[in-house]
Order: sequence, then structure tokens, then C-alpha cells
Amino acid sequence: MTELMVETHGLRRTFKGRGKTVEAVRGVDLRVAPGEIFGFLGPNGAGKTTTLRMLATLIEPTEGTALVAGADLRREPGRVRERIGYVAQGGGSDPGMTGRGELVIQGRLFGLARKEAERRAVEVLEALDLVEAADRTVGTYSGGMRRRLDIGIGMIHRPRLLFLDEPTTGLDPQARAHLWDEIRRLRDGGATIFLTTHYLEEADALCDSLAIIDHGLIVAEGTPIELKRAIAGDVVTLGLNGSTDGALNLLRSAPRVREAELSDGTVRLYVEDGDLALPELLRLLDGAGMPPSSISLHRPSLDDVFLRQTGRSLRDEAA
Amino acid sequence: MKLIRDTWLIYERSMYLTLHNPVWVVLGLGQPLVLLLFFGPILNSVAVSSAGFPPGGAFNVFVPGLLIQIALFGAAFVGFGLVAELRYGVVERMRVTPLSRAAMLLGRSLRDVVILVAQGLLLVLVALPFGLRIDPAGFVVSLGLLALVGLVMAPISYSLALMLKSEDALAPLLNGISLPLLLLSGILLPMALAPDWLQALAKLDPLSYAVTAIRALFNGRFADPAVATGVGLMAVLAALAIVAGRRAFARAAA
Ligand SMILES: Nc1ncnc2c1ncn2[C@@H]1O[C@H](COP(=O)(O)OP(=O)(O)OP(=O)(O)O)[C@@H](O)[C@H]1O
Ligand SMILES: [Mg+2]
Repeated sequence: MTELMVETHGLRRTFKGRGKTVEAVRGVDLRVAPGEIFGFLGPNGAGKTTTLRMLATLIEPTEGTALVAGADLRREPGRVRERIGYVAQGGGSDPGMTGRGELVIQGRLFGLARKEAERRAVEVLEALDLVEAADRTVGTYSGGMRRRLDIGIGMIHRPRLLFLDEPTTGLDPQARAHLWDEIRRLRDGGATIFLTTHYLEEADALCDSLAIIDHGLIVAEGTPIELKRAIAGDVVTLGLNGSTDGALNLLRSAPRVREAELSDGTVRLYVEDGDLALPELLRLLDGAGMPPSSISLHRPSLDDVFLRQTGRSLRDEAA
Repeated sequence: MKLIRDTWLIYERSMYLTLHNPVWVVLGLGQPLVLLLFFGPILNSVAVSSAGFPPGGAFNVFVPGLLIQIALFGAAFVGFGLVAELRYGVVERMRVTPLSRAAMLLGRSLRDVVILVAQGLLLVLVALPFGLRIDPAGFVVSLGLLALVGLVMAPISYSLALMLKSEDALAPLLNGISLPLLLLSGILLPMALAPDWLQALAKLDPLSYAVTAIRALFNGRFADPAVATGVGLMAVLAALAIVAGRRAFARAAA
């Protein structure tokens, strides 16, 4: 059995402030295997950043234990810091420094000699397409350039474990795709990536395994394929006019329908064999005098997983 | 040694940032220069006809005091820069590296001290044509004392910045601390001119000992017990401030 890169048990963090306490993370158990891209998916305020900050030794867990990159988070935080890279959601570069300057100093903070740090900085600048801007101050960078620099700062010392808090937020589609490639390259080079994201496409396309967090608790985990498969069958979305209650009851009793739920006048059905179920459902509703105004069938996406687990759509919140 | 290497790295980076945006350095030097040019000559005429002045002429009283003022104000407000760095996420980013926590404080404080000493040198050069007479050896020790005052104030300022994390909270607090310290220390005028109750209060101001010491040093009176008292007191306070500041940097971010 290979040792896990991250393993947490009952990780918990409560923030106390003026009278009210916020339970940001309420008992998280995570297992991240070496060499994978692990995605931490959840809506705003779910507890992603808080979990990452705990794992990066920035804040102490209120309860629970964790092994990070082979070191005990509580007993050997110094060793954890030597082995990881961490890129905060808000970044961490100074607008008065040049991009190259920030990369070099970060490398040197991790013990690289000046020459070596300078050489590494060039590699990172090239990998992240920042060569032209290397000697300009960070204050003149666009949001996307700055984000890429922050990520470069996190990987300058080739950490075996790299935490990225929403690495692609604010990037245009091209830069995002570019960064995905770069993250995959890091993984293929042997690193483990632990990233958070709001984007389902990102989790689906990039991550080898995933955990969905909501209100400080893990609500689902597995590979994207496993998670989608957990929603057995297909999803049918129906638009209805008039009485939805009657229709909902009728649909629930239809064959092949496993579950039906209503949100904003649309009905979502989780059905087996969607292509066979579709004509049957249409006939059923027509027969009852309640023809649907729209109908669509799709394979489950991570959005459906999210919706199923949390009762909310991630897309609404990420917008 | 790791601590020295780390301190140097942080020093280099901080110095780079300061030199590329030297507004504060220039402003910090502006006030003492204005005082020297516009207030010094008046003081000089007062001093001639006043008994309250210690030996050495007005400029030998006034300029050493201005040096302490530079150290006090120059170092007291360095916390503002740190608040900005907190906001940029620079401090948090560096906390997730093997960087020594003490070096986070010492590297920045070293930058502050180097700038103070440079400002002090410049001020004295400007003051020489006005009639300032200095004892060279005493002046060198004075710069050391200046550095010590900086090492008292800068870590305090950084600690407060780490605690308060906002300019709005920091500004009134730093003003509230440094202005009474300044006035009670007898920087502008010798405390010998003050009424008794004020003189008694001044004895509670650690800076007043530094001011007395630096005036003795400018005149080369090394044997004056005020020198040992002032330097010793500043050294002890600097050590305490550095211990407290190191702890503030080491404490996990809330
Ligand atoms: N320092 C703090 N003090 C008080 N409450 C906090 C603190 N940090 C986070 N919280 C609270 O903890 C909860 C989880 O926040 P967290 O930043 O972990 O969410 P997130 O999943 O990263 O959200 P987002 O997607 O918006 O980045 C939120 O309710 C937040 O307000
Ligand atoms: Mg977050």
C-alpha cells in the first residue's frame, strides 16, 4: 500500500468572533493519493479555503488530525511547510516587485541558491507564458497574469504536494486550458495537486478524484465517473404549465422513474434508460391532460451530483 | 546560518521595495530637515540668552534630538507597510515556507535601521554648515544608539500591525504612542526648561534617556553616566521588542 499524500481524520475548525461562532469545517475526512489531481468542489462559504489553510499550517484545526506529505500536521508543521506549495485564493505577490523578483525570492526561501533560483524562475516564467512581463512590476499585470504568477510562485521549488485555492478563477478560457495543461504536467512529473474549484467542468475535466464539500461537510467523494454513476441512469428535465403537484405525483409512480423533484416550475426526474423513458413519460402526461411545455434528456453531470447531494445548483452560485 | 541567510533575504526584498517607492523615506526626512532649516536658527538665538541649555550650543542640542525624532517616527510607522503586505497575502505566502519567523521581523527591521542611519548621516551633513560640532567617535556611537531606538520602535510597530491588520486602527494608536514619547523626551527643547511636574513625567519616557545620551555623545562625553544609561536602556528595550515581535510573526494567522 502506498502512503497517502493527504489523510485527514475529523478535521474541524470553528471561528469565534464577537459572540457568534462559525463552524467553517465540521469534521472532514479526506484521502488524497500521491500523483493525483484532487479536486475540492463546493459553493461559496463551504469551507474549502479553511480546510486548505489548515492543511497548509496557516491555521490550527480546532479538532482532528492530518498527515500532509508524510508529516504530522500538528507535531511537525515545519516539515509540512518544507514539502508543500500553497497558492492562496487571493494570491500573495507584492505589486511593487517584478514577477521574476518574486519567483527568485520564493525559490531562495526554500533554500535554492541564487543561481539555481534564477534558473528555475526562467523555467516557470516560460511554462506560464510570463516571459514578456517578467521584469515588469506585478502592479502592472492583468488579473490573469497575476494569477499565473501566483501559481508559479507556488511551484517554483517543485513541491511534492501543491495546494491551489481556486487556481483558474478569473482566467479566460484559453488561459484556463493552458493552466490545466500545466497542472497535468506537474502531476505527470510526480507531484500531487490539491485544488479547489467552483467549476464543474474543471473538476470533471481536470481532476482524477473529487470531494464535494457543503456547509463544512463532505457530501460526496470519488472519481468524476464514479460520482456521476452514483446518480444511476439519466436525468430528464420537464417544464410544466399548470398544476405541478398532480403531475409530480403522477410522474413519481411512472415506471423507470426513480426519483422526481421540483424546482422553480421545472421537474427533474432521475430515470433508468432515459431514451426509453422519454416517450413513455410524454404519453403519460398527455393522457392526463398535462402536456409538458419542454422536455430534455441528459446524462448526469457533476452539476447533477451536486444538486442531488446538496439540493442546490452550483452553477447559480458560481455565476 | 539559516537565521542570518533568511534575514538577509527579507532585508534585500524589503530594501528593494523601499528604494523603488521611496516616498516614505523622503517624507520621513522632510520634517527634520524643515525643522533644522526653519526652526534651528531661531533656537540658536534663544539659546544664546537662555540658561536652560546644556553645554554645546543650540545645534549640538537640537540636531541629536532630531536624530532621535527620525528614529522614533521613521520606525514607528513601518507597520503601515506590513499592513499592506498582509493585504497582498505576502505574509501568509511566506508563512508557508521554511522561512524563519524571526527573520520575517529581523529582515524588515534591519532595512528600517539602515534607512534610519542613512537619514541620520544626511541630516548631520546638512547641519554641519550651521555650526554643529561633532565628536567623530561619539557620532559613530550615536548612530548605533539611533539603530537601537529603531530596533525598539520597529518591532513594536510590526507587532501592532499584525494584531490590528488595518491602517485605520493603526494610525491613531501609533500617533497616540509616539507623540507623547516625542514631546516628553526633550527632543525639541531641553527638558531643563520644563516645569518640575513635566520633568518628573519625562523621567518615565524611555526616549528621554536616549536623547540625553546622544547629546553627551555628540560632545564626546563618553564618561557621562547618561551614555551608559541611555544605550543600556535602549538595548534592553530593543531585545524585549524583538522577542515580542518575533512572537507576533510566529503566531498563526487567525
Ligand atoms: N477568519 C475567519 N473568521 C471568521 N469566519 C471565517 C474566517 N474564515 C472563514 N470564515 C467563515 O467560514 C466559512 C467557510 O469559509 P471558507 O473561506 O472556507 O469558504 P470557501 O469554501 O473557501 O468559500 P469560497 O468559495 O467563497 O472561497 C464561511 O462562512 C466564512 O465566513
Ligand atoms: Mg475559498
